[in-house]
Amino acid sequence: MSLNRRKVPAVPGPGIRAASAVGRAPSGQRARLRFGIVVFPGTWSDADCLFAVQDVLGQQARYVWHMEADLSGFDCILLPGGFSYGDYLRAGAIARFSPVMDAVKEFAAQGGLVLGICNGFQVLCEAGLLPGALLRNEHLQFRCQWTHLRVENASSPFTSACQQGQVLRVPISHGEGRYFADPEALAELEREGRVVFRYCESDGRITVEANPNGALNNIAGIINRQGNVLGMMPHPERCCHSLLGGTDGLDVFLSLLQWRARLANTR
Amino acid sequence: MHFLARVFVSLKPAVNDPQGITVLRALQRLGFSGVQGVRVGKYLEVRLEAADRAAAERQVAEMCGKLLANPVIEQSRFEVAEEAPATH
Repeated sequence: MSLNRRKVPAVPGPGIRAASAVGRAPSGQRARLRFGIVVFPGTWSDADCLFAVQDVLGQQARYVWHMEADLSGFDCILLPGGFSYGDYLRAGAIARFSPVMDAVKEFAAQGGLVLGICNGFQVLCEAGLLPGALLRNEHLQFRCQWTHLRVENASSPFTSACQQGQVLRVPISHGEGRYFADPEALAELEREGRVVFRYCESDGRITVEANPNGALNNIAGIINRQGNVLGMMPHPERCCHSLLGGTDGLDVFLSLLQWRARLANTR
Repeated sequence: MHFLARVFVSLKPAVNDPQGITVLRALQRLGFSGVQGVRVGKYLEVRLEAADRAAAERQVAEMCGKLLANPVIEQSRFEVAEEAPATH
């Protein structure tokens, strides 16, 4: 796996947007994707998400304050990482009752794409949009490190630009990322191919050592049954530019662009 | 009527509790060799006003189901006691 297999401008600047929008957009794509980036009190990865989709990929994006209740006009909603409401009570427990979450549920029910990253994943689980829960890391440490993820399902809107089994190098930054679901829910996820990312070694092997938090079955990311809501603990938005030490996270966002282009072509 | 609800939230038995295991080991290191197990949970005090005790209990049960505990990983129980009105 080459970390710099894509030529990303070395220095961010005004030129990036135009260059990347022209150079990256999958063929057939004309209109830019419209991203809404939800901001709760305590969200901290919102600017990283904006940078990834707007500055690097040249898409439309704006922040959505948690009190907003109208998500019409967006193609994809990002729930970024952070500590919404200080993670009080449980990570994501209070954020799920923000007005914007009713709108996110409605948006998802209508087939809109929703990507929850880190704290966003925790919020999606608390809100019941994804099964299971994220528990305190098994070793009780907050882990901020690079991990390797194996793409277990390359047919989702979030991974369609990946190859099945491809290994991505993406950082984590969390203290509560141990995925848990009861045995029935877990079996269902596995049976239906809804485990999208699994922590692995750099060569793709799934090992106990590669699991940074004790997640069941090395689960790093899952998708809902309809396939339009993905939650993942690792941060793709933090590895979308060579300046950030890696560009593998771009695959997730490029998948969304590709997905949209495919939809446009089949209409 | 004023009530004080004491709410106890704990991880379900099937959920691994690394905090509890760490506390268990610390207690054993301190010489409490008889300690068999520790589970770490949460304790909340909720003061509320309700028409009667049954109404207060209904409210607290709903609070537990909606917010105070996550039924995927946690279980909860509570005790409701009448108390004098808060003075503040």
